[in-house]
Amino acid sequence: MTIVHTIQGNRILVAIHGDLDLTTAAPLREALDELLDRYREKALVLDLSEVEFIDSSGLGVILGRYRRMGNRTLSLVGVRPSVKAVLELAGITAIISVTDAVKPAVKDQHV
Amino acid sequence: MQMRFLSVPDNVGLARVAIAALAAQAPFSLSDIDEIKVAVSEAVSNAIIHGYKGKPDGWVELTGTLDKLGLTIVIEDFGVGIADIEQARQPSFSSDPERMGLGFVFMESFMHGLHVESTVGKGTRVEMQRFATIQGELSRDAQ
Repeated sequence: MTIVHTIQGNRILVAIHGDLDLTTAAPLREALDELLDRYREKALVLDLSEVEFIDSSGLGVILGRYRRMGNRTLSLVGVRPSVKAVLELAGITAIISVTDAVKPAVKDQHV
Repeated sequence: MQMRFLSVPDNVGLARVAIAALAAQAPFSLSDIDEIKVAVSEAVSNAIIHGYKGKPDGWVELTGTLDKLGLTIVIEDFGVGIADIEQARQPSFSSDPERMGLGFVFMESFMHGLHVESTVGKGTRVEMQRFATIQGELSRDAQ
């Protein structure tokens, strides 16, 4: 897993590449907490467009950050269908803003 | 398919890949396989986190069997066991505040059968089934 963060105005945009599971939960938690501590007023946006898999270990990191952030906003963007199914089952979509991944553009078809 | 691996977090991904490769031999959709992977990930994670309390020197056994109905998966550890299986299967039951206690919920929701056996001090055996979906159309003559 790799993460790339960008500061855009009043938000921290974090692009995550890789699976979110037991292996990656701890390093992701540490990295996000470091960013949240460094930029104490900013909202957090997690870009999951390069995340193909998530289980309850990954969900725990997201929900833990949500609880930790208090009044600050956490949102998830670029969420793939397989990841969204897990988020929905856990009820996360009811409390955190989730934006679906953009579907690939349909190429022009010439008959 | 049978695998035996050590209780280290990196092997959660190994188990997922192995079971996905096996499931791909049966008529499962990509969405089905994604759900099977989540269930296996949860069971193996439970074995590592709870069965062996994070110690990396325990063995986890994964067995996957394909038949006409679908896929049966067994995940077994030889760790501390579960004192109260019913309590452990409840949503939001977790000894770790950063975990959601949803492992068994995901296994139950994404699979078509879940059976858990455990003996304190000896280990835990989780058996899950996922039925393959076979779609077809009967011709008028056959109806």
